[in-house]
Amino acid sequence: MNLVIVDYKAGNVQSVLFALERLGVQATLSCEAEVIKGADKVIFPGVGEASSAMAQLRARNLDKLLPSLEQPFFGVCLGMQLLCQHSEENNTDTLGIIPEKVLRFKTDLKVPHMGWNQLHHLQTPLFEGLQEQEYAYFVHSYYVPLGEHTIAQASYPEPFSAALQYKNFYAAQFHPEKSGPAGSRILQNFLAL
Amino acid sequence: MLTKRIVPCLDIKNGRCVKGIQFENIRDAGDPVQLAAWYAEQGADELVFLDITATNEERKTFAALVRDIARHIDIPFTVGGGIGAVADVELLLQAGADKVSVNSSAIRHPQLVEELANRFGSQCVTVAIDTKYTELTGWKVYSRAGTVETEHATIDWAKRVTELGAGEILLTSMNNDGTKAGFALDITGEVARAVSVPVIASGGAGTMQHFADVFHQASADAALAASLFHFRELEIPVLKGFLKEQGVDIRI
Repeated sequence: MNLVIVDYKAGNVQSVLFALERLGVQATLSCEAEVIKGADKVIFPGVGEASSAMAQLRARNLDKLLPSLEQPFFGVCLGMQLLCQHSEENNTDTLGIIPEKVLRFKTDLKVPHMGWNQLHHLQTPLFEGLQEQEYAYFVHSYYVPLGEHTIAQASYPEPFSAALQYKNFYAAQFHPEKSGPAGSRILQNFLAL
Repeated sequence: MLTKRIVPCLDIKNGRCVKGIQFENIRDAGDPVQLAAWYAEQGADELVFLDITATNEERKTFAALVRDIARHIDIPFTVGGGIGAVADVELLLQAGADKVSVNSSAIRHPQLVEELANRFGSQCVTVAIDTKYTELTGWKVYSRAGTVETEHATIDWAKRVTELGAGEILLTSMNNDGTKAGFALDITGEVARAVSVPVIASGGAGTMQHFADVFHQASADAALAASLFHFRELEIPVLKGFLKEQGVDIRI
């Protein structure tokens, strides 16, 4: 399988690469349009801040390319938020692929929401073989509210979208590459889509 | 429900674990990768690796080790010790670390915290604070591995680094560290209430009840221990079972 990780200098790509390696899959890191277009599957990681990540994408013309992709696509953490229309983080217009908006947590609880939290209302083959209430590792200060594209929920304290799906675009707010055996299973499920 | 985190801490010198860690089922207990994998399997929620080497040459070994750890373990980990510049952090994050912790360098140049948060995001910037109480000074921040008293009151410093962009505070009470008499509940609670980011309590863990106390009474988000776990005085699955029974939200 030709698996490409989008490398746009705004993500902990190494962790994703290693997680796939543990599954016996060698992925290619690339920011080149031809390489990404030719992939069987694409993973889009991201940590950091939304507006600078968007600037990195624009600098490589990836803001035009990514929405046009038709193969299975998996956005992780900031990679999920960038797939949405708009983020409250520095009032940033994002890729606009998934018709959802990204909001800042407004809670008395600690922000960032950091640590292991449970997934519930699991839908789609992405969560094949996982139990309700399975734990995943989260670290984020912005979130996507529940909506028609939500395929998994977590609560902090209110329920929010732990994962989204829109057409061929899948996305997780948590880090499957850092979520132990459950996270590996989710990556494996994506590879099997 | 977000769970409280149990965090074993490993001291690294020249690419090896220090302190005589004894595990029958680990062939090379000085190997940080094997030890990390074992802790992950035992249910540790994340790990901290502190580089206590002195020379720059040895620091290169540490970056290579971070890469090796990231290759093999599938839970988050923080690295710290001697980080002084943005370039150090870039190297460690690129190697696969999830977070870095800064301590003395943040005291020397508080703007470093802001630079790191802007460049890499608050979520990967932990500020480690070593604090010590005396009747004369109250709780003061110490730098350079706890050897130099600074002008900063602990609460003020915790608030300041949070404003600068720290995403987490790792608070070590020097009064409690090594005593096994329990965490410093008073200052940990004060810091946890004063800042809006998660707080890891460190220093003084000796019994399972100490962990329950720091979560219940001091509102810590995570608790760190080193020798207690390394010498197997306390097994993580047993600790987590106990905490669950005590009504602490914990991942089992």
